[in-house]
Amino acid sequence: MAEDYVIEMLHITKEFPGIKANDDITLQLRKGEVHALLGENGAGKSTLMSVLFGLYQPEQGKILKSGKEVQIRNPNDANALGIGMVHQHFKLVECFTVLDNIILGVEPNKLGFLQKAEARKKVMALSEKYGLRVDPDALVSDISVGMQQRVEILKMLYRDNEILIFDEPTAVLTPQEIDELMEIMRGFKKEGKSILFITHKLNEIMAVADRCTVLRKGKYVGVTDIANTNQEELSRMMVGRDVQLQVDKAPAHPGEVILDVQGVNVPSSTHKKSAVRDVSFQVRAGEIVCLAGIEGNGQTEFVYGLTGLEKVTKGTITFCGKDITHASIRERSKSGMSHIPEDRHKHGLVLDYSLENNMVLQRYWQPEFQSHGFIRKDKVREYSDRLIEQYDVRSGQGSVTIARSMSGGNQQKAIIAREIDRDPKLLVAVQPTRGLDVGAIEYIHRQIVAQRDAGKAVLLVSLELDEVMNLSDRILVMYEGEVVGEFDPKTTTVQELGLYMAGARKQGKGE
Amino acid sequence: MDTKKKMLSRGGNSRSAFVSVLAALLCILIGLVFGYLVLLAINAEHAWTDGFVRILKGGFYDAPYGVGRTLANAAPLIMTGLSVAFAFKTGLFNIGAAGQYTLGAYGALYCAIVLHLPWYVGLLASAILGGLWGAIPGLFKAYLNINEVITSIMFNWIGLYLVNEIVYGNGTGVMYDSRNTRTWNLRRLEGAEGSIIPDFGLNNMFQTNSTTIAIFLAIVVAIVIWIVLDKTTFGYELKAVGLNKNAARYAGINEKKNLVLSMVIAGALAGFGAGLYYLSGVSEWNPLNSTTLPAMGFNGISVALLASSNPIGTIFSALFISHITVGGSFLSTRYYPTEVADLISGIIIYLCAFSMLFRGKIAKLLSGGKRADKTGKKED
Repeated sequence: MAEDYVIEMLHITKEFPGIKANDDITLQLRKGEVHALLGENGAGKSTLMSVLFGLYQPEQGKILKSGKEVQIRNPNDANALGIGMVHQHFKLVECFTVLDNIILGVEPNKLGFLQKAEARKKVMALSEKYGLRVDPDALVSDISVGMQQRVEILKMLYRDNEILIFDEPTAVLTPQEIDELMEIMRGFKKEGKSILFITHKLNEIMAVADRCTVLRKGKYVGVTDIANTNQEELSRMMVGRDVQLQVDKAPAHPGEVILDVQGVNVPSSTHKKSAVRDVSFQVRAGEIVCLAGIEGNGQTEFVYGLTGLEKVTKGTITFCGKDITHASIRERSKSGMSHIPEDRHKHGLVLDYSLENNMVLQRYWQPEFQSHGFIRKDKVREYSDRLIEQYDVRSGQGSVTIARSMSGGNQQKAIIAREIDRDPKLLVAVQPTRGLDVGAIEYIHRQIVAQRDAGKAVLLVSLELDEVMNLSDRILVMYEGEVVGEFDPKTTTVQELGLYMAGARKQGKGE
Repeated sequence: MDTKKKMLSRGGNSRSAFVSVLAALLCILIGLVFGYLVLLAINAEHAWTDGFVRILKGGFYDAPYGVGRTLANAAPLIMTGLSVAFAFKTGLFNIGAAGQYTLGAYGALYCAIVLHLPWYVGLLASAILGGLWGAIPGLFKAYLNINEVITSIMFNWIGLYLVNEIVYGNGTGVMYDSRNTRTWNLRRLEGAEGSIIPDFGLNNMFQTNSTTIAIFLAIVVAIVIWIVLDKTTFGYELKAVGLNKNAARYAGINEKKNLVLSMVIAGALAGFGAGLYYLSGVSEWNPLNSTTLPAMGFNGISVALLASSNPIGTIFSALFISHITVGGSFLSTRYYPTEVADLISGIIIYLCAFSMLFRGKIAKLLSGGKRADKTGKKED
């Protein structure tokens, strides 16, 4: 039975020396469907999309467009076939206007003179038709992330692309914006456009996709109709075993105040205005407090101020009864503050150091690991081996593996092992599961809850609302550098949080 | 920047060491071929025996004298190589070794000629002055975030003119021998006998007058630097700062202090090299002719590159570069202009800078391109 496939990738095998990134993968995209591509990190999703985009040439397999075999040698070929992509990290020129960005590369011209009026008409028509609200004359640097994404989508539409690829599009959006995007996708479907939707968020797949192709470790697991499946089954297909999606946790028993932040301001590296303004809250032993918010609302800077990476310009930070507002990073770390940093490559690891050297990053100077200035390599090795064993950090050569060569999930596990094993009083965990697969997320969530249950104070900073709702005992929402509300996860909803995160609502001071 | 990263990412394991050595040898080979082509182009008839073979033989062409000269020249070269390599480990490009070397030369010569102090005090002085000259770009880098390359180039020239001005002193400088238009020859200067580095019979052995224990001192320093970098908490900190400044800061390491210290030590190493050279009496400082920076400083960069910043490796790469430089000086002047020697050693040294490029390629060949699959997976 010949189905109406607009793109077929048949038996694609893409090998990199030593590994098969794609091993006999088949993906068939019907005309007018939303097709999700699901898989853990390293499952081969990006490689497959790179093949479709002409960035890689597969060793085996072929690509069919509407039943005819095609060669896609580079992204221009892909574009000519009507394939467009919204990348996870937008590819926009910040100092150009929205309109200029949309027409960039396919500028309409007469004898070399720009015909912007014509372009504007087309863009506005598209914007109207699909409900993609943009201001064509605004600079990209001035508009919200959500609007930037709409600009990216308009770029594809402007090029008359029929096959639209979305690479993890919801990571940067508020719940409201996500709903809006889903609506837009449904609109495309109605117009007969075909959508490939790369994601690891199961609820979004359930909400919008028609079918879902699942990859695992470079291999094709299967394709399923969303109507006949559920989240548990999808996650089982993706991970290969049962996964606990909800975190089991007992009610919290908060103890004494561990961290007391009063009226703290932290300067911004890019603006004159403070990135964090007048933030006050407490974290007690045995509770998980979460700072929620959309990326770029001061959470990063607040953590920098808290951990000493950035100077605090106003207010006080009291940690275990001691004023540490101006203490050095080493002093904070010595007095029991652990920090799982937001950016594991920038801060968390010395990537070209071995795993064992990374395991003692804050502790190499302690008597346990050095004598008379000489590092006791045997002790470091012993310690590192124990952490690897205990926290199941997987790597090619164990302790001597260069951190750079490890997978993102295991790099993160190594950091978490290191930070938890220091037996901190306060664990500051920033985006601890960013970019990780379901299996690793499950593991890390359990570790964080275990820390809480062991009487540690936990400050979690997360952009993932599911994580926020799942893990925290109290939620603080940050918007434009201020804490605009405090919530109990048991009584609030994702929608309510979303309104505060977007700045539409704000709780009065002193509640 | 990218090359710097690659340079730093050289891991400590034996395979990467093997790759480094292989890459260095490959560079040398290609450099030699190019050198030979130049000889052919200038005078094809004599290119082999009177040209190429002499360069290859290096100091051995006129043994033992030539070998003595190779060793005497290698000692300061090891030091400037170490200077550059050490800074590399902390993520800094010390292009200022020449200036630090100049200051070191002044310190050593002042102690010898004016104060008649023993040689080890002179060496200490040269290290201190070199370290001071290294500290300045280090401070600028750490506290004002000014690129160390720019400041150290400027301080190369400031150092050179400063030292020349003081030494020359309008022809009346105390260290200046107006008859030879150079600083006083230590071996002929009364009272400076104790300021010359002892040779323990090496001069007799090699029939030279400037082969001292400097080479052994340099080797000892190289080993000490290797131990510091590889075995100590200080080395751990320095390398962490060099590989990832942000992570070092996150870990509570004072990265500013480490940046400055690294430049001080790099400067001291280069200065010490000048001390080894001038207190061995290899030559004298010429404040009139020295309108170009001492080549020893820049050749240190090649030495470090060829050695992939490995302190032990610098010993061998410095010996090699010294070897071909001396070999070049034995080229027959009948067939080749004297500049050809410099040209050929220059070509080889230049090619040494490519060793990094080759290292990448060789590593890829050996590992079968593991890097490629990583980039493929990462984007998932």
